[in-house]
Amino acid sequence: MENNINTYTISIYTENNIGLLNRISAIFQRRRINIESLNISVSEIEGVSRFTIVVNMTEEQVKKIIGQIEKQIEVIKAYYHTDEETIYQESCMFKIKSELLFEAPQIQNIIKDSNAIIVTVNKDFFVLEKSGRRHEIELLHRELSAFGIMQFVRSGRIAVTKSEMKITEMLAAFNN
Amino acid sequence: METQTVKQNKYLEQPKERISGSEAVVRSLLAEGVDVLYGYPGGAIMPVYDELYKYQDEIHHVLTRHEQGATHAAQGYARISGRVGVAMATSGPGATNLITGIADAQIDSTPMVCITGQVPSHLLGSDAFQETDIVGISTPVTKWNHQVTSAAEIPEVIAKAFYIAKSGRPGPVLIDITKDAQFEEFDFEYKKCEGIRSYNPIPKTDQATVVAAAEIINAAKKPMIIWGQGVILGEAEAEFKAVIEKAGIPSAWTIMGASAIPTSHPLNIGMVGMHGNYAPNKLTNECDVLIAIGMRFDDRVTGDLSRYAKQAKVIHFEIDPAEVDKNVKTEVAVLGDAKTSLADLLPLLNENSHTAWLQEFKDLYAIEYDQVIREDITPSKAGLTMGEVLNEINSQSKGKAAIVSDVGQHQMIACRYAEFNETKSNITSGGLGTMGFALPAAIGAKMAAPQRDVVAIIGDGGYQMTIQELGTIFQTKVPVKIVVLNNEFLGMVRQWQQLFFDKRYASTEMTNPDFITIAKGYHIDATRVTKREELADAVAEMMASDNAYFLEVCVEKENNVFPMVPSGASVSEIRLS
Repeated sequence: MENNINTYTISIYTENNIGLLNRISAIFQRRRINIESLNISVSEIEGVSRFTIVVNMTEEQVKKIIGQIEKQIEVIKAYYHTDEETIYQESCMFKIKSELLFEAPQIQNIIKDSNAIIVTVNKDFFVLEKSGRRHEIELLHRELSAFGIMQFVRSGRIAVTKSEMKITEMLAAFNN
Repeated sequence: METQTVKQNKYLEQPKERISGSEAVVRSLLAEGVDVLYGYPGGAIMPVYDELYKYQDEIHHVLTRHEQGATHAAQGYARISGRVGVAMATSGPGATNLITGIADAQIDSTPMVCITGQVPSHLLGSDAFQETDIVGISTPVTKWNHQVTSAAEIPEVIAKAFYIAKSGRPGPVLIDITKDAQFEEFDFEYKKCEGIRSYNPIPKTDQATVVAAAEIINAAKKPMIIWGQGVILGEAEAEFKAVIEKAGIPSAWTIMGASAIPTSHPLNIGMVGMHGNYAPNKLTNECDVLIAIGMRFDDRVTGDLSRYAKQAKVIHFEIDPAEVDKNVKTEVAVLGDAKTSLADLLPLLNENSHTAWLQEFKDLYAIEYDQVIREDITPSKAGLTMGEVLNEINSQSKGKAAIVSDVGQHQMIACRYAEFNETKSNITSGGLGTMGFALPAAIGAKMAAPQRDVVAIIGDGGYQMTIQELGTIFQTKVPVKIVVLNNEFLGMVRQWQQLFFDKRYASTEMTNPDFITIAKGYHIDATRVTKREELADAVAEMMASDNAYFLEVCVEKENNVFPMVPSGASVSEIRLS
């Protein structure tokens, strides 16, 4: 249904230019749309950046937003997808006191069960990294909170789509 | 055989030559065919002004009295000619003063390139003297903007700027150039931009949509067209006229579309929108097919969207895909350039004449004429009306003048009553509603089309927002005709206060200066009309003048503009009083 609020992952292929983040975020700001998460990285194409933006809105709204985004000169193409149409992950890091590893040995089980990775350990603290779905990260956060977390950070969503997006063909068509 | 003289541009495709960034700016403008630009110098743009001095025989820089005036002059230039208008300013306040004109050009799709100076690149972000983040500030109101910090970028960026400003749905572009880049020397050569891989200015027209549109139009019993500025920007006037004449479709215009076909055309049924004509507003909610061409269903056109043309199948001819289904759901959207998509449509249309349907418009026009128009343009009561001034200008100019209007009651009256025989003749601030637009826009329009009469119609409020541009008129001797319709009120706001705020006239009454003395201070011929019997002679004197001319007409203080679709009402609830 076009009028149900849904989670959409917006994928935007762009030229790598200063100021484009400002231009794209202004589209959301002007319409008072909250960005749930935002990630910008290189893409599979050299010199082409990829924005991954998560929003909660109706399909009608997201279609209009895509139109406004694609209108920007340096945007090559923008798409929106539902969760079912994408493979997506987030990543997070926990900084925790090292002594807890010995004083609260059940932490070791939590780490093992959650498939989290120990990135580094020193005598003061250790750092855990976990990638996965939001609910997995939230579960781990709840479990570790009981012992005390020195620092926590979670990334924006990154996602690849199940269907093709054909950016390379689009760029090749321009060159011909 | 077609004989055409192509003027060779001596700045295009020349061998490389070592010059400064600032000289490159001027040569790039010349390569783009710029003959006039509007601006105001200052510290961070001085190297470019030094080059403008050297090239003054080839490019005319007009010193406006405020940077806002420079943008509106560039807009007026662009709107009457279809060419790109150019404005220039220094960093900081010079740059921020451009913003109103840029926002106006953005919402009215006007091709404009603005060039600003910027503090040297090593000072960027240091809160240096006259530093503002103009790229950041202008981002939401530009089609594209870019900061240049090295001279070598200048030709390519300026070429891109002109290409982007003019192509597809036009709009304003801002280029911010640091002072060190202006001084830096490099090997200059200029190539025009012919495409940008991430930018598709004109979406490809899907012929299936044209066929679908034609089928719906051919089957329609009560079709109605609303056209907008897209017809003018796309230079599709001839194709448009052929389409409406073949299919016999009553056609109404938005404020931005005015003048694309003559006012007197039998299928021209007037203006839609808040102060548009009675018939097209009313019958928008009775047509069976509504064909929108190069217009964007602005809220001032549609009124309450939930009660707008719900009975009609909507067909939208549009160059900007983001406009499709933005406000009104379409049955068929034909993407592309109006000139080509209308040419594609024409052979698929059946010849038709919707005589009975057209008569419905005529009948409603007769009601509007009786209840509103007659008294507006040929008043029986004492006290001058804005409408009779327009009527007098029409009869003396024979509808050949370009009308540049400001914003407010006089603007609605000008758009309602001005007669147009030529396209690109209605120059007004439609989308943004920028008071102060008309005086500087008239300067630009007259310079771009010196053979035409350019008449600015301005209210006493808006006039005082950019009145300093009288200085520009005096200095350049540009022969614009300035008409101030003085009702000593911010008339449109006063009208709303009367109708919707129980006549509480909060801050709308104006104690005005002696406008004649002010005009004469700038050595501009000036006349004031306070009585009906003086009007025709005064207009005649103005129209006959070869110089700039100022005409003040003291009109009734508390007249209202009708018809009116009150804010939030449906178009079919249009009021005649």
